[in-house]
This record gives sequence, C-alpha cells and structure tokens, in this order.
Amino acid sequence: MTIGLGHYLSVAAILFTLGILGIFINRKNVIVILMSIELILLAVNVNLVAFSSFLGDIVGQVYALVVLTVAAAEAAIGLAILVAFFRNRGSIAVEDINLMKG
Amino acid sequence: MPALIHAAFFYLYAGIMVASAVMVIAARNPVHSVLFLILAFVNAAGLFVLLGAEFLAMILIVVYVGAVAVLFLFVVMMLDVDFAELRQGFLNYLPIGALIGGILCVELFFVVVSWTIGPQVHSAIASPIPPSNAVSNTQALGLVLYTRYVYFFEAAGVILLVAMVGAIVMTLHHKPNVRRQNIAAQVARRPASAIEVVKVKSGQGLP
Repeated sequence: MTIGLGHYLSVAAILFTLGILGIFINRKNVIVILMSIELILLAVNVNLVAFSSFLGDIVGQVYALVVLTVAAAEAAIGLAILVAFFRNRGSIAVEDINLMKG
Repeated sequence: MPALIHAAFFYLYAGIMVASAVMVIAARNPVHSVLFLILAFVNAAGLFVLLGAEFLAMILIVVYVGAVAVLFLFVVMMLDVDFAELRQGFLNYLPIGALIGGILCVELFFVVVSWTIGPQVHSAIASPIPPSNAVSNTQALGLVLYTRYVYFFEAAGVILLVAMVGAIVMTLHHKPNVRRQNIAAQVARRPASAIEVVKVKSGQGLP
C-alpha cells in the first residue's frame, strides 16, 4: 500500500477537473470562477511538487514557487478588476460584462 | 515514515481536499466557498509536507490562507451583490459542465494510467534534491533559487510588483469634491502672486 506518483497525479487530475467544472457551472458568478482558477493552479502545483519529489529534482519546487506567485498576482488583479467593475456598473453578473461586444 | 501511515495521511488529505474542492464550486454562499477554498489549500499543504516540500507547504498556507483567501473574503463581503440571483442557471449549466468535466477527467485518467518515466530522465536531473538529513528543504530550495534560478526569482518579484501597481491603479479613485493638499502648487507659489500691496490713501479707506 505504498503511495506512488500515480496517486498524487490522480488527485491533481481530479482537482483540475473540479476547477474546470466549477468554471462551467458557475457561469454567472465571477468570484467563484476566480476561485475555480485558483483550484486549477493548485492542481498544477501538486503535479509539479509530486514530480519534483518522485524524480528527486528540486527545480520542480522552484517552478511551483513561480506558479504560486503568478496565482497570487492573478487573484489580486482579478479581484481589483471585479471591484472596479462593481463600482462602475453596480453588478458583477457575467452577462452584464458586454460593453465591448458592440 | 511507515508506508501505512503515509498512505493513511495521503488519503486523509486528498479526500478532504477533493471534498472541499467540490464544496467550493457547489456552495450556495460565496463566503462558504472561500472557507472551503481555505480548507482545500490547507490540505494541499499537508500533501506537500508528505512529499517533502515543507517550504512550499508553509508558503502555501502563508500566501493563500493568509493573503489570497482573506482578499477573497474582503471582496465577497465588500460587494453588495445578490448572490442568490447569481445562482440562477446553476442547473442549466450542469449537464454541459459535467460532460466536459467528465471527458477531461477520463482523458487525464488515461494519461495517468498509461505513462512511464523514460530511462533517460534520471540522468537529466537539473539539480538533485540533497539528502534531507544533511540539508533541509528550505535550505536546498534557497541554494538553487538564489543562484541558478535567480532570474526566475527576480521575474517573480517583478510580477508581484506589476500586480500590486495594477491593483492599486485600478481600485484607487479620486473623488472630485474632496480638496486635497497640492504640495507642488504650494511650493511654486511666489510672493508676487500671493500678496498684493495696496497703497491706501489716508482718510479714504478701501472701496
């Protein structure tokens, strides 16, 4: 009953799929979409760290650190856009974000 | 660590993480979603500890639970949004979402069960993890992060700086009816434009 690389990759795959599913079923709620993106990036990080650990190469953890940074920056920018949009339109429904549709 | 305990903790962390990820996307209240997101990140940190990446586990808790999740909570509570209205159509999108998610999950499952590690991979390791009884994970990460991958590190810093500037620029707004101190105008003020010397004739006064 040893836990191998495949176990970690399976968990990460399930987490990634849940993130994608969250984007699809919460089509109207931008906040939950942003949280789903965080879940997807977390799944990617689990993959990177699992490969780093099982192959004995620490560069995977360096790259996971970069992915973590980008995820944090993405969350900050996304929420800032959300706040600015709410201030202008008074709503965060995704259907209302169609000003540039023409 | 014995393999049985390792397996038990793996299934504990992985199970709670997947369950809370389900709750993140299925919870009615976005505040509950954020709290379940925190639970998922804490359990992912547990998985990282099991994998021997203690530094990343602690960073995950500090950055996500301490910063990003609190940011989400602030925004969810600051915006006065009718979240029940946003839940409309949840079941409409469920079939297409479940279809795409199912296809993706099956594909990823096939990838996971069918791969093998190539024989040349173990000779192509960029920088091997030193033995953990000699060098801790944090030290090992620092030894490569600040030397070989210093450009990655600086790029990460620039990304954070740009994100910070962008977030401030987007959310900062000046109210037009608030009077602010304009130091440049104050410093540039000369006596010639500020005071006027009026010669008043005696007995007449100013008009």
